[in-house]
Amino acid sequence: MRLELERRANPSKLLAFLSPVIALLMTMVTGVLIFAVMGVDPLKGLYAFFIEPLTEVWSLHELAIKATPIILIAVGLAVCFRSTNWNIGAEGQFIAGGIVGSMLPILAPEANGPWVLPAMMAMGMIGGALWGLIPALLKTRFGANEILTSLMLVYIAQLLLDWLVRGIWRNPAGFNFPESRTFTDGQILPELLISGRMHYGALFAVIVVIATWFMLTRTMKGFEIKVIGQAPRAGAFAGFSAKKMTIFAFLFSGALAGLAGISEVAGAIQQLRPVISPGYGFTAIIVAFLGRLNPFGILLAGLVLALTYLGSEAAQITLGISDKLGRVFQGLVLFFVLSCDTLIYFRIKLVRSLAAKTEA
Amino acid sequence: MEMTEAILLTIFTAATPLLLAAMGELVTERSGVLNLGVEGMMIMGAVAGFAFAQMTGNPYIGALAGIIVGALFSLLFGFLVLTLVANQVATGLALTILGLGLSGLWGEAFVGIPGIKLQPIIIPYLSELPLVGKLLFSQDIIFYASIFLIFAVMWFLFRSRPGLALRSVGDNHHSAHSLGINVIRTRYLAVMFGGACSGLAGAYLSLVYVPQWVEGMTAGRGWIALALVVFASWRPLRVALGAYLFGAITIAQLHIQAIDINAFSDLPQPLFYLAGLIKSTPAQFLSMLPYIATIVVLVLISRNRRLTLINTPATLGQGFVPDR
Repeated sequence: MRLELERRANPSKLLAFLSPVIALLMTMVTGVLIFAVMGVDPLKGLYAFFIEPLTEVWSLHELAIKATPIILIAVGLAVCFRSTNWNIGAEGQFIAGGIVGSMLPILAPEANGPWVLPAMMAMGMIGGALWGLIPALLKTRFGANEILTSLMLVYIAQLLLDWLVRGIWRNPAGFNFPESRTFTDGQILPELLISGRMHYGALFAVIVVIATWFMLTRTMKGFEIKVIGQAPRAGAFAGFSAKKMTIFAFLFSGALAGLAGISEVAGAIQQLRPVISPGYGFTAIIVAFLGRLNPFGILLAGLVLALTYLGSEAAQITLGISDKLGRVFQGLVLFFVLSCDTLIYFRIKLVRSLAAKTEA
Repeated sequence: MEMTEAILLTIFTAATPLLLAAMGELVTERSGVLNLGVEGMMIMGAVAGFAFAQMTGNPYIGALAGIIVGALFSLLFGFLVLTLVANQVATGLALTILGLGLSGLWGEAFVGIPGIKLQPIIIPYLSELPLVGKLLFSQDIIFYASIFLIFAVMWFLFRSRPGLALRSVGDNHHSAHSLGINVIRTRYLAVMFGGACSGLAGAYLSLVYVPQWVEGMTAGRGWIALALVVFASWRPLRVALGAYLFGAITIAQLHIQAIDINAFSDLPQPLFYLAGLIKSTPAQFLSMLPYIATIVVLVLISRNRRLTLINTPATLGQGFVPDR
């Protein structure tokens, strides 16, 4: 017996919709197995991981706070991946956005007024976009592989941030802790509702989702992205420049990652620290695929993956399970969603091997 | 002399994991498969090596476990991209993310425990030679294996029949298929070889380089190994050269951080000033060196389109579905 693939005449619309759902179910089933191996009651484990964080108002706010950066980054990545530009350095662009956006409150602590926050957000987007521009230019000018260069820039951004907060940007009144000075009222993204910590970043995420959906489905640019991604030769005949698209995709996703970075710093953390992201830039890659590179899909997928962050914290507290389990679930989701995507384009058949056929 | 010897020795130690992982990935890519999961397979090898060495008290079993776990873990990738024809870039990333997560979970109990170091095997007589004796003939078994691997891969790819078949699969899978070569099986084996090498590279980190388990201890080495394959334009000897070059860069930044500036006081004024300048560079910037070097090297090598085009396996990253 072996597996054989048969290409479908048309990709299955139903399965395209169902594949992320199947992937999530398969992750849950694997989760049950993992809990059983770890000696935890699987039902209690699943409840603590996926249900408990949804039962209280404050934890729903935390969910939104975690989902915000992931969704912002993933929407940008969707544009990159659709046009086959493999930007996997969003984590670095996120950090660059956090750094550049924080220049204003750190270097000019007295800055105040209604212009400060918009300026910080704009600077964050510029910082992220410029950091993303580096691998784009190296690709278009020299043909250097963008996967590797964008990833190397993540490590460089992390070290740069570490140097800043331990060195020249360290809080003079901070008892030598490796932290910048804390931002003041006019420099902090306000909360959206009085019921909890969720900040304006969540609003940015929703706006970006809608705007990007509009761009992808209703504008010429969206068509260009699609053609260059799916049929580069046809794109060339139509006069679309793949190089310009690379620059655009990296600037776009870099700016969104940068916005996510400064929103996280100015909203959730309210100062710079040596580490400002628990791997949002990499989680966003999973979210982009789980959301099938569709902005609204990404909105949902982002909430699901944010749940794994909260769930692993909750499960650690209530059941004493390692918080590393969240990362395992994240990896599994991506694996399952990629395997389910095969079902969209192929029929899978179990066939008996040739030897068995001749015997029969 | 002593100092040079010590520095060269540390360069070899830093280069060995890069060499192993890159050599494995080279064979995988020569068969037309791009596995971006090197970092994930490497860290799984590191944690497996440490775990089995602890369990049995025998670091050799640890090294073996690294190889086996690396190969098994790569099968997961193989199943997705070869049997299910999933996107290779995304699946490779998935392997890295899953590997980092799983190793963290598995290794949680080992944090802070002193490891069991793989002891050097001193080769009689040869080890007494000046300089090379210490460097080449008083090393551990994984180091010897890495040197052996350079020549074994060279011979296999360019002097053996299965190696020719593997390269033909990488250059044109449809032609290879019509010639009766089993494309999928060849690629499975190549992927598993890459996994085994990455696993061993990881085990080297946790059994020789640091001898302990630290979460995320591969610190991007898997990605640097991937870059090395491009840098070497898919030639084994150049992979080895690149690995030692990167080992040197890694070690240089460590030595600069530890150096005593007064040792250079008898140098001419401008050179002494330069040494002082390098010395006063913050540690973080020195730590950036291997990553910056990777980018610079990629740019330099990619500028030469002809060189890269000649050697790049033509079907690299493309899925294969046989038409019957």
